[in-house]
Amino acid sequence: MMEVCGSSNVSLREFGCEQSLLSRPDGSASFIQGDTSVLAGVYGPAEVKVSKEIYDRATLEVLVQPKVGLPSVRERSQEQCVRETCEASLLSSLHPRSSLTLILQVLHDDGSLLSCFLNAACMALMDAGLPMSCLFCGVTCAIHADGQIITDPTAAQEKESRALMTFAIDSTEHKVLMSSTKGSFSVHELQQCIAVSQKASEKIFQFYRDSVRRRYSKTL
Amino acid sequence: MAAGFKTAEPLEYHRSFLKENCRPDGRDLSEFRATTLNIGSISTADGSALVKVGNTTVICGIKAELANPTVEAPGKGYIVPNVDLPPLCSSRFRPGPPGEQAQAASQFIADVIESSELIHTEDLCIERGKLCWVLYCDIMCLDYDGNLLDACVIALLGALKNTQLPEVTINTETSGPEVNLEKRHGLQIHKHPVGASFCVFDDSILIVDPTAEEECLSTAQLTVVTDEEGRLCSVHKPGGTSLSAEKLQEFICRATARQKEIQKLIDKVIHSVKTAQ
Repeated sequence: MMEVCGSSNVSLREFGCEQSLLSRPDGSASFIQGDTSVLAGVYGPAEVKVSKEIYDRATLEVLVQPKVGLPSVRERSQEQCVRETCEASLLSSLHPRSSLTLILQVLHDDGSLLSCFLNAACMALMDAGLPMSCLFCGVTCAIHADGQIITDPTAAQEKESRALMTFAIDSTEHKVLMSSTKGSFSVHELQQCIAVSQKASEKIFQFYRDSVRRRYSKTL
Repeated sequence: MAAGFKTAEPLEYHRSFLKENCRPDGRDLSEFRATTLNIGSISTADGSALVKVGNTTVICGIKAELANPTVEAPGKGYIVPNVDLPPLCSSRFRPGPPGEQAQAASQFIADVIESSELIHTEDLCIERGKLCWVLYCDIMCLDYDGNLLDACVIALLGALKNTQLPEVTINTETSGPEVNLEKRHGLQIHKHPVGASFCVFDDSILIVDPTAEEECLSTAQLTVVTDEEGRLCSVHKPGGTSLSAEKLQEFICRATARQKEIQKLIDKVIHSVKTAQ
């Protein structure tokens, strides 16, 4: 079931994905980028707590579980980023008054964790068969001290960099769905990083497509 | 009549204003609400500031404590920001442990402090490996009417500029710290980051400085933080509808203009506080 994509010119690390590997969730996926690995599970649409019920759409809850310890403030902010990105692409108005729960379990963190969360989330939502208006993917860019842009950095490269940006790109128009940055940078550098991320996103979407195609050609 | 329309169809109500390029409170689409700043409002804190952006009111108090530096960074002090959204400020917040929005705001402020390098944490070190300052920046929202992050950043900056730390010497005999409360000195603020928040309505109309109502109805939110050199410290867009790179450019230009306005405001208030003393 494991698909692996080798990296060529826009240097992304090798990435792999496996869908429906868990039996209890309605959709699950593991996504691996280099040594960074995240396991995602989706439950829903299911019954919702009355206090969280929204009358015209589904309530989406995202839980980020770190490898060790309890989720802290950093995880909360990552949850918010992933949740609002998923809300933008999910057609949640088709399941009003119901709940969707997305759990993201960190298996190993070696940089670009937020982008790996987004990719795993998208694959898990796809596996759950939830209606979406578009797909999305996450790309992390690091600006090295000499101005060089590195896509999909490792933890060591992240530490050395002077700025770090993560974008979520949608599959229909290749625009920016989410952006989260660290460090200071110029406007020009931001635009460059967006352009690079858009280029990298094409590769990831192609990988999504290949991965899903291979999976369904096997089951048929 | 208008009140009934607003309650029954809030989105249509806002759209009818936006069609005419204005907003229900009479503002232009790219106009910020009146921002007022009061520095030194809490006399018991080491530094404080109260900010009002329209109805949104945020107060920030800074408490400095002496502590041991961490083993990983023996030559550095640290800054601990915390954003509190009590039930007092809006009906959407419940008592109990901080909710997602409060925690995300705390993380955002921590990221801004780190990214902008407004204070070099080395300056907070008193004796390497032994003693340093910890700045607890407690930010509390008193009235929530949208655009929390901008108000928090201004309050933080105002309070840090107002902070006066007492002089600390280390007694060579007892090797304990001696605090001289008479002699105080200000913190060195290297950068002046200021945020500007935007909302996207109906996937296309851009408005600045949203109120709480506009935030609820909008499809996406974005906060851009810039410093005085025009460098970006944060482009925070937690999600929502997608934006093109050109649209982002528009936001950034507005954010740089806002930074200049707010820096002028802070300088003016600091100056007036000094002349009053």
